[in-house]
Amino acid sequence: MSTDLTTGASTARVAFYNDPKIRSIFYQVVLCVFIAFLVYGAASNAIENLRRAHIASGFGFWNTTAGFDISQTLIPYNADVSTYGRAFWVGLLNTLLVAGLGIFFATIIGFVIGISRLSKNWLVAKVASGYVETLRNIPLLLQLLFWYNAVLKALPIVRESYRFPGGIYLNNRGLILPEPVLQPDFDWVTGAFIIGVVASVSFHFWARRRQMRTGQRAPVFWVSAGLIVGLPAIVAALLGVPVLFDYPEAGRFNIIGGVGVQPEFLALLFGLSIYTGAFIAEVVRAGILAVSRGQTEAAYSLGLRPGPTLRLIVVPQAMRVIIPPLTNQYLNLTKNSSLAVAIGYPDLVQVFTGTVLNQTGQAVEVVAITMAVYLTISLATSLAMNLYNRRMALVER
Amino acid sequence: MTIAEGDLAVTEIAFVRRAQIPPQPPPVAMTGALGWLRANLLSTPFNIVLTIIIALLLIWAIPELLKFLLIDAVWSGADRDACREIVQHRPIGACWPFVYERAAYFVYGSYPIPLRWRVNVFFAMLAIGVAWLLWLNAPRRDLGAIYFFVVLPIGSFILLHGFPAIGLPVVDTVLWGGVLVTIVLASVGIVVSLPVGIVLALGRRSPKPAVRLFSVIFIEFVRGVPLITVLFMASVMLPLFVPQQYEPDKLLRAMIGIALFASAYMAEVVRAGLQAIPRGQYEGAMAVGLRYPQMMRLIILPQALKITIPNIVNTYIGLFKDTSLVLIIGIFDFLHTIEVARIDPKWATPVTSTTGYAVAAVFYLIFCYGMSRYARAMEARLAASDKR
Repeated sequence: MSTDLTTGASTARVAFYNDPKIRSIFYQVVLCVFIAFLVYGAASNAIENLRRAHIASGFGFWNTTAGFDISQTLIPYNADVSTYGRAFWVGLLNTLLVAGLGIFFATIIGFVIGISRLSKNWLVAKVASGYVETLRNIPLLLQLLFWYNAVLKALPIVRESYRFPGGIYLNNRGLILPEPVLQPDFDWVTGAFIIGVVASVSFHFWARRRQMRTGQRAPVFWVSAGLIVGLPAIVAALLGVPVLFDYPEAGRFNIIGGVGVQPEFLALLFGLSIYTGAFIAEVVRAGILAVSRGQTEAAYSLGLRPGPTLRLIVVPQAMRVIIPPLTNQYLNLTKNSSLAVAIGYPDLVQVFTGTVLNQTGQAVEVVAITMAVYLTISLATSLAMNLYNRRMALVER
Repeated sequence: MTIAEGDLAVTEIAFVRRAQIPPQPPPVAMTGALGWLRANLLSTPFNIVLTIIIALLLIWAIPELLKFLLIDAVWSGADRDACREIVQHRPIGACWPFVYERAAYFVYGSYPIPLRWRVNVFFAMLAIGVAWLLWLNAPRRDLGAIYFFVVLPIGSFILLHGFPAIGLPVVDTVLWGGVLVTIVLASVGIVVSLPVGIVLALGRRSPKPAVRLFSVIFIEFVRGVPLITVLFMASVMLPLFVPQQYEPDKLLRAMIGIALFASAYMAEVVRAGLQAIPRGQYEGAMAVGLRYPQMMRLIILPQALKITIPNIVNTYIGLFKDTSLVLIIGIFDFLHTIEVARIDPKWATPVTSTTGYAVAAVFYLIFCYGMSRYARAMEARLAASDKR
């Protein structure tokens, strides 16, 4: 009996429709045919419907003149001559701008609140956990609408603007800041900054190699700070500060000069940073709690003081736990920046899926392009994350 | 003058304590309220500074909040004049009469007034279903699951949409609105996303390459794009993909978008649970001769879903908050009714927006916080059952 099973006679006794391999292939073919049928059906319906509605297809609209204005543009854009393609880049840059700044502020808020939740100070811990519990449980869209409609739009009109020292104005048209005007000599300062960055990176590698060889530590932080901040500052001082400020002046109906930050942008930045900050706080808290007490105690018993213990033992291990979910939060923030459409900040979705879609009617192409952009960002980030994880994963025996 | 070792026996020592003296109470500053203050608020100079700053912040913020919500609030009135500083000549806080007057709109949207009892019955049916499933000691929870996942969806469709054959006139979905739409969207997402998510998660772990490929493409695609683009896709592209006569109505499109989105996230949550089940469970199930569906239904999924309950509830919280995004594609959910009501000229005052948003915030906060408390209680319960 047992010999039968081991000599491979089993294939002869099983009917072909019971063979797991053939079954598996059959099921997969059925699935593929089903999905191909769905795609074919959808595509043929789409062609039929578009033909009936007289909507053009293809990406020809990309080079057509857009003819609408965008309220915030980081690259030159003109409604009369710029194309839909140009509008796409304007929207994408606006998305990246708000996402980049949002990530910066959300990280600061998140780390401060996350560490505060673990504080021994009862009041601090309670306030921090109240912040997290409240803001995580209110939809981001509601928070954005609140900041925009109830806070920023309720600010006084131009004539009654709040004035802050340093020539800063705040009114219902946004925040008006002095605009730095760079003089030609400023190139020297930029040069000094680049040299500072390069020098501090090299110093970091040199210090690491020396520490590996001799065990001596070098003050990397202070030297880098000196090179990156100090060097350009000295050059600027020597050249007599080659920056002029264009201070805004309050006119009768308007504020003249300066650089304006739109309320839409401010509301989106506020909302995204505060909301994502609450999630990052939880990530940070979980990461710190994941480092077992034994690690801290072992460090103390080796004679390390609390500062170095935190810097050399706890933080590196916590970061290993924190970074993957933190990246996830950064991605969420970037995707959530698409809620800009609700308050009229001209991000990719508002400009492209909103205005361009309405003007051209080419829903399939426009939505596909928008999705492709977000998909590229997400997939690139998760690829980078996988590489990072492979490098950081604990090597076990 | 020291006493040498041998001298102890000598009777010259006048007194030797034979019993322990009772311990003294700890210093006043270390116990009670004072000790608590010292340990928790004032332990280091840095902490003292922090405590003072936060206390000042709270002393400023809490009275402001109370003043807005209660003390300066307007409690009755017929229109905007009751809530205007220029008319009333006093500082004005929240404008509550606006909320009373619009409360029915916030709950039912434009659902025809004589038919609103149908919405109430739906809420009651839903509450029974939710309670049946969430209360772990409820009788016949298997029936509860059938009720929630089969009877309730069909029953509520007949009730809310109408079924002329049994005397319920049809109510077009463009009239639906407010809390009703928010709850309907969230329930559809909850009911659809769990089974679809389980299928996708199993597909992603399947040994069949084609099944795995399609599951991965769907999951990663949906998770890689913002919900708002999925909703745009559902609302502007979906009508193109079906023959014209079957064009789905707007609310249905939003439901499809939300259900697809939630399913992809649910799939990843379930996959994490499946991965946590040790190989021995799979091998044991195969060794006793179970087929794949039996193995999954009887051995793997019950364990995997049990440990994932907290994460499933967290996904539901996200889903509940995300339903507010349908505002952007023009569905009148709860947040949208607030948006509409707050710009109505009849109640347009400087405080109307803030009042409306405060009501919305409290609504979402109660639901989401409730769900997260449930998830946490569940987690504690599961942790307790693992302890021996």
